[in-house]
Formats: sequence, structure tokens, C-alpha cells
Amino acid sequence: MNTNVLEAKKISKYFYDPVKVQVLSNIDLAVKRGEFISIIGKSGCGKSTLLYILSTMDTDFDGELLIDGINIKNKKESELALIRNQKIGFVFQFHYLLNEFSVLRNVMLPGQKLGKYSDKELEHRAYEKLKVLGIEKEALKKPNQLSGGEKQRVAIARALINDPLIIMGDEPTGNLDNKNSEIVFSIFQELAQNYKQTLLIVTHDNEFASRTHRIIEMEDGRIK
Amino acid sequence: MNFKLIKDISISLLLARWKQTLVAAIGVTFSITMFIALLSFMSGLNTMLDSLIINRTAHVRLYNEIQPSKQQPIDLSKQFGKDHNFIRSVKPKDERLEIYNAGAIMNALKSDTRVSGTAPKITAQVFYNIGTIDLTGVINGIDVEAENKLFTFNDYVTTGNYIDLKNVPNSIILGKAAADKMLAKIGDVIQVTTPRGERMPLKVVGYFQSGLQELDKVQSYTSINTAQKLLGVSGSYITDIQVKLKDINIAPQLAKEYRQLFNLEALDIQTANSQFETGSFIRTLISYAVGITLLIVAGFGIYNILNMMIYEKMDSIAILKATGFSGADVNRIFLTIALSIGVFGGILGLIFGFGVSALIDQVPFVTASLPTIKTYPVDYNPKFYIIGILFSIVTTYFAGYFPSRKASKIDPVIIIRGK
Ligand SMILES: Nc1ncnc2c1ncn2[C@@H]1O[C@H](COP(=O)(O)OP(=O)(O)O)[C@@H](O)[C@H]1O
Ligand SMILES: [Mg+2]
Repeated sequence: MNTNVLEAKKISKYFYDPVKVQVLSNIDLAVKRGEFISIIGKSGCGKSTLLYILSTMDTDFDGELLIDGINIKNKKESELALIRNQKIGFVFQFHYLLNEFSVLRNVMLPGQKLGKYSDKELEHRAYEKLKVLGIEKEALKKPNQLSGGEKQRVAIARALINDPLIIMGDEPTGNLDNKNSEIVFSIFQELAQNYKQTLLIVTHDNEFASRTHRIIEMEDGRIK
Repeated sequence: MNFKLIKDISISLLLARWKQTLVAAIGVTFSITMFIALLSFMSGLNTMLDSLIINRTAHVRLYNEIQPSKQQPIDLSKQFGKDHNFIRSVKPKDERLEIYNAGAIMNALKSDTRVSGTAPKITAQVFYNIGTIDLTGVINGIDVEAENKLFTFNDYVTTGNYIDLKNVPNSIILGKAAADKMLAKIGDVIQVTTPRGERMPLKVVGYFQSGLQELDKVQSYTSINTAQKLLGVSGSYITDIQVKLKDINIAPQLAKEYRQLFNLEALDIQTANSQFETGSFIRTLISYAVGITLLIVAGFGIYNILNMMIYEKMDSIAILKATGFSGADVNRIFLTIALSIGVFGGILGLIFGFGVSALIDQVPFVTASLPTIKTYPVDYNPKFYIIGILFSIVTTYFAGYFPSRKASKIDPVIIIRGK
């Protein structure tokens, strides 16, 4: 049985504006179930670009991408949306919470889209996730009433709501101070250890990277 | 798909920008209000003006016309009948206006299922004599009861009782304008002369007002018997048969049929009053044009608010897409917003439109020429309300179509990179 959660084969990416530039060249990468991987590299080396491709948001690339053994080439936009919804949790540098909804509702939204659980069950599950992240007390507040660190933790809870195969993070601590960064790090570690959550996190913090199972270093669109 | 979720998201986006949303909805409300009020009023006016004609005019009028014989003797000749014959200075036959065999024709008409009623009539040119002056006029000899049944004659007799025309011998109901000219009061006796010189005194028992001033200056009514006496003709003499139909639309076709069947002239109401139909049509057209123009303006309002919302909510759209909402979902969210504005604004518009119509209905509208009308006429036809709500839904759908499509095509990568 294939235990690879995610498999990238010879992925290359070009940008054409203003001139043709190759940003990624022949990236080969396999992520096993339960692995906690960090990606490091200089700014501009293509980490974000790679992550957008691996998360199916960017489909304009050469090479092959298999998620949970499924080749995503030639899938329709709505099918890719479903894959993201079911199998991928994403945490960005910015939290992207919807201020119109409560914290609890923000966490529930991807779950409601999936429609696997009733709203009642989802609410319960969202509370559980918030509890893991230690912010269940803020559940009924609006996101703009929270601190930056708390917002980012809500974003992680949102990424967890559908029990994704893999959590991807693009510098999730980039906007946080040291204390809050440390909190978010330890949450990722806890998720990996206690819940066997697969994680793929881009970071510029080498100290943090050293605490993960595997470090992937990138340079000029290649894996070193 | 989960419609409740789409609805929840739409409503929260709406409420986050409730002031602009309200303004957009008010735009729709205003245009639908105007649309309903305008159409109800115009249609009321049309119905009133039409009824001015339709209720009082025969749908088909049968009569004899004095005209030259269509077949001259030479056309009947075996020798020259097939040639082109030129005969100049042909004069009309000495033929009376009388409809021969009127009784039989009336009976035939009464048994026709398409006919709702018939009334005989005699029209005669007369002079009203006042002192040394003669005023020209037209006397209509009518079967008082049949006339009232078919054309609500009673409604237009503003002074006096219409039935007196039948009960009082040698009586006349004068057009109000003619009576004013002659200074004839109720109970006065006036002198009437026919073109052939017969003179007769008639007692004024009432005034009548048709709503058409020109008509009231010349027209007057007597009973059919009085008219026959005045003209010195027999009791079977009539000049017109007025026919009212169950369905007014078949009048032209029926007129053609009767023309052949009875060998008489037959004039249908559409041909006789074509200018009225044109007027009604133009009024309706203008109402629709104004209503639709207002709606299009409101549609641009909705288009703007949606574009603004999409611009402001780029981040939200990006994260929804990143977390698994498809382009179609995003499209539905914004279409739902547009349609809620349309439905909400439209329903309010229907309510206000009804209110404004009811107000117009209360405004006094008293005019001497329209004795039966007391306030502005309003037509509360449910058709306008159905069209109104359909229009508001269709316009808002189109106003929302392009912004929603734009939102559905937003690439989350571009938005997220931009942060
Ligand atoms: N839309 C784009 N058009 C052209 N070049 C781009 C675009 N987006 C990113 N790039 C370039 O691609 C390279 C990789 O960018 P990125 O993946 O964001 O790097 P990292 O996340 O490692 O800092 C950079 O040199 C950047 O300038
Ligand atoms: Mg980056």
C-alpha cells in the first residue's frame, strides 16, 4: 500500500511575466504519513510557489503531483476544491479569518462545506480543536477581538476541522513575535507527536526547522 | 449543494455592508413602486377612456348608406357586361336610410350566440329652433330600455330620469351643451324641425353628458316612437341596429359576415375608433419604458455594490477557495446576494406601489365631462405585480451575473501572494 500522503515528481514552474523565468526545476518530493517536515531556504527561492502547487491551488506546472495516490492533473476546478477541502489544511502567514463570523463559525466553515457532519456535531468538533489549541474561551468572539497569536491559532484550528491528511504552512509564524511563534511551534509538535498529524511547514527559522523530523533545504528552485 | 451555508455566508456579507445594500435595495424598491403606480394608473386611465367608447358604442353597427348603385344597368347587359364601361356623373339612388326587414334581422341577431344584445335606433338630422335661429343637431330615437341595458344610458343622464323618455310622450333628453346654448330648462318645450320641414314640439325631461363636449353640443335623445312621429314614418322604420358582442375582438370579422348576410353596411368598433387603441397602446408602452428604465438604473446600483463588495472581500473569497469552496460556490454566494437585494427591494416595491396606487385612487378627479368618475381611476391588476416582481428578479440577476462570475474566477494564489 502506498503510504505517501503526497508525491511530487519532476515539478517545474515558469513565470512568464515580464520574461520567462524558471522558478522551480525538477522538484522530487515524497511526504510519508505522520511525517513532520520543514522547508527552508532563502527568500525568493520558490518555497511559496512550491507550496501553492502542492496544495492544488496552482495547477500551472510541469511534472506530476499525487495526493493520497490520486494524480491531480486534468482534474476539474471543483474536484480540486473538494480535494483541498477533504485532505489539505492550510495555514498562511496571514490568518485570513472572516470578521463577519465568530471564531467558532470560522473554524466550522470548511466542515460545513464538506457536509460530513451535522452543524451540531461540527460545533462540538470545532470546540475540541479550539481546546487542543487552548483558545476555546474565545470561541464566541469575533476574530478582530483576538490578538495576532490567537488569530493564527484559530487559523490552525480551521485547518484541522476536516481531519486533513496533511497540514501545510507557509511561514505561519512570520507575523508573530517570539513568544507566540514558540506557542505555534509547540502546537505543531504536539499535533505531530500526539495525533500523528502529517505536516509540511515552510519556515525561515532554522532553530524551529531543527526540531522537525526532516528538513528540506531549497536553493534557486531546487532541493539541495 | 449546501444551500443553507451559501445563504449564511451571503447574509453575513450583506449585513457587513448593510448601508450600501440598503441603498441598492431602495433603488429597486423605488423603481418597482413607480412601475406599479404608473402602470396601475395608466391602465386605469386607459380602461376609463376605452369604456367611454366601448360601453357607449355599438361593437357592430348595421345601417344603410346612401351611395350610387355598384352595378349600373349596362353591367347587367349580355352584350357589354364583360367590357370596360365608363359611366360618368353617376348619382346615388333615391333610397331611404331605412333598414328593411329590421325585425327579422334583429331576431336573427338575437339567436346568434356571439351577440350579447341588440338595440334599434333611428338617427335623424334636425334643427333645434330657438327664436329665429336654427341650431343643427342629431336626434337619436332609441328603445330606452334596450339602450340602457346595452350602453348604461342612465349613467350619462346627469339631470332628470332617463325612463321619462319612455313614459312622457313627445319628450326629449338634450345634450348638456346644446341645452345650455338653448337656455332650455327641464320641463321646457322646444321646437324641432326635420330637413323635410316637419315641425314638432318636444318636452325636455333631462340632460345628458357623454364626456365628449362636441357630441353633447349636437346630440339629443327621444324614444323611437317619437322619432318615427317626427319623421312621419311607419312604426317599423329604423335606421340603425346596434349590436353588442360577448367578445369585442371578433367585431371586425363579424362585421364582414353581417355585411354579406344582411346586405347592409356594418361598421365595427375597431375601425370606427382606431385612434383610441393607438392612444392606449402608446400610454402602456410609455409606462413600461419608464418602469424598465428605472429598473435598469437600479440594476447598475446593484452591480456597483456587488463589485465593491467583491473588491473588499477579496481575502475572504481567497480563503474560501483555499479551504475548499469551488468557483461555483463563490458564484452562488454573490448571486444570492444580488437576488436577495432584488427580491427584498422588489417585494417592498410591490407594497409601496400598492400604497401609491391606493393614494392615487383617493385623489378627487371631478370633471364635467366624466360624470361617473369621482377620483382618478386605478387598475389593481395582479398582472402588474407579477410582472413587477419578475422584472426585479431578472434585472438583479443580470446585475449580479458579471460581478459574481468575476468573483468565482478570483485566483486565491494571486491574493495570498499579494499579502
Ligand atoms: N506572479 C509572479 N510573476 C513573476 N514572478 C513571480 C511571481 N510570483 C513569484 N515570482 C518570483 O518567483 C520567485 C519565487 O517566489 P516565492 O515562491 O514567493 O519565493 P519564497 O516563498 O521562497 O520567498 C521569486 O523570485 C519571485 O520574484
Ligand atoms: Mg514565500
